[in-house]
Amino acid sequence: MLLFLIRRLILIIPVLLGLLLLTFLMLRLGGNDPAAAIAGDNATPEMIERIREDLGLNDPLPVQFWDYLVRAAHGDFGVSAYSQRPVGIDILDRLPATLELTIVALVLASVLGITFGALAGIWRNSIFDHTVRVVSVAGLATASFWFAIMLQLVFSMGLEILPLRGRLPTGWTPPPDITGLYLVDSLVTGQFATFWYAFLHLVMPAVTISLGGIATIARFTRSAVVAAMHSEYAAYEQAVGYPRRRILMPYVLRNSLVTPVTQIGLLFGAFVSSAVAVESVFDWPGLGSYLVEAIFTSDFNAVLAVTLVIGAIYGVVNILVDMTQGLLDPRVAETM
Amino acid sequence: MLMLKKFLRDVPAVLGLLIVVIAVILALFPGLLVDNVDRVNRGDILQRLKPPSPDLPFGSDDLGRNIFDRVVMGTRSALTISTLVVSLSMIVGVPLGLIAGYRSGWVSSAIMRVTDVFLAVPQLILAIAIAQILGRGATSAMIALAVTYWPFFTRTVYAETQKIRASLFVEALEGYGASTTRIMLFHILPNVAAPVIVRATVGMGFVILTAAVLGFLGVGAVPPAPDWGLQISEGRKYLPVHWWYATFPGLAILFLVLGFNLLGDGLRDLVDPRLRRS
Repeated sequence: MLLFLIRRLILIIPVLLGLLLLTFLMLRLGGNDPAAAIAGDNATPEMIERIREDLGLNDPLPVQFWDYLVRAAHGDFGVSAYSQRPVGIDILDRLPATLELTIVALVLASVLGITFGALAGIWRNSIFDHTVRVVSVAGLATASFWFAIMLQLVFSMGLEILPLRGRLPTGWTPPPDITGLYLVDSLVTGQFATFWYAFLHLVMPAVTISLGGIATIARFTRSAVVAAMHSEYAAYEQAVGYPRRRILMPYVLRNSLVTPVTQIGLLFGAFVSSAVAVESVFDWPGLGSYLVEAIFTSDFNAVLAVTLVIGAIYGVVNILVDMTQGLLDPRVAETM
Repeated sequence: MLMLKKFLRDVPAVLGLLIVVIAVILALFPGLLVDNVDRVNRGDILQRLKPPSPDLPFGSDDLGRNIFDRVVMGTRSALTISTLVVSLSMIVGVPLGLIAGYRSGWVSSAIMRVTDVFLAVPQLILAIAIAQILGRGATSAMIALAVTYWPFFTRTVYAETQKIRASLFVEALEGYGASTTRIMLFHILPNVAAPVIVRATVGMGFVILTAAVLGFLGVGAVPPAPDWGLQISEGRKYLPVHWWYATFPGLAILFLVLGFNLLGDGLRDLVDPRLRRS
């Protein structure tokens, strides 16, 4: 297991290097000039040229890429052309907001998806089963940014029970920065009012992001439960006279969880993707809205760094998924 | 024939096919529902932001344009983008998958490592970056989406090809002295066609959704194009009073993507009984 972990971690490195090279080439060979973006609209050609020289943009491409790698290895991702602060600091500022959002969405999607899917599988062909199927197919076909806007329309503008945007009410002091996750920080320091507001602000963005996930997990859980209930071991246990509940809980459900857990990992990419659009709709100060700002302002360093961070998180999550699979299924663990 | 009979018994899949067929007909002949196709970008300023009524089934927008007409015209834009993106991705992705799956050695690993890199970051993020670099517009959005979608075809074809390569008939063909190109094109390609078609159908839905996000974020279609994502982002400014502006284009996305997903599920059930929904 440990060897497996180390081997997988080493395998991420070439992928991340490739990813960096890809984004690097895209942004350098693309039409946007980061120097012109920094200099602003009133800059003279000489000023732009000076900034180009300062940024090392006149060096050959391989040299530029190597410089970037060396600095990145030291944790230095350069200065954001837009915020004028080190990109690393910007990302650390923004990352917790996105993590809080995606983790809550992931938990929501797993709990609801597995519950609905398992019940639909157990009560196959019931009205409940059909409803779950229709709703999950529709959920997968919904544009998340549009769903977010519809939620705002109904719950913020219409019923006025949920806040429209942001992580906390305007002017409300955020909890002390321990983990950066408002829910955790406010709970640890006993600021229950802050916790409640942070929770209310999370509801709509998290539900929006988890929508597709609930649907996917429910579908996979359902088919896994159906398959497990028709398996030979389930038939055997039934014949021996185990009560239905004894067969379901430890045997059928545990065996059925392996496929959905894989899906949860694959979903993470989809979650980060929809976070980009959903964070813009809800003015959520996370990595997604940061990336959108960075791309629109040709903020070269920021785009590269965020892409790298997302790629790294994505890679680590996939390893975690494989390890969870090992925990759930000893047969998988043996191959690790 | 047996396949067709099986397919027709699958109600959701037939429903999906129906939605897709209707959408294709509307995209080819929008005149069936729209009075004046050339005028869909021109509005009547006296009619601005009118709620849905018999004359204006989906209401009118801030420039007094008929939203129903624009939603119908959006079908053409959505289907054009998704068809081109999926075709381009197939043209690039399928041959690469065939080569990587049939050959072994450094060519094969090089192709698969590049594929890994493209799959290592969520598609939307890559697509936004590429679309922004190429400059705002529907063409940029299309190229960006194709650049991010081809690896899925490569992956699918690679996995299938590897399975088939090990089978006896390929060995027999090699024994007869059939050329590599011949084996790949005439014997392996037809065998991987089914999963590719399923992937392409599901991909149509995925591309429509992603293209809508690009339009919404402002890196896709340019106004006054009747693009669904763009319409939602424009209509958002007029909430909550003029709710119809942002609502109907979103419903159109929902229906079309639903159609492709249902159809894709049905095709997968036909093609791959192992994945059958029980």
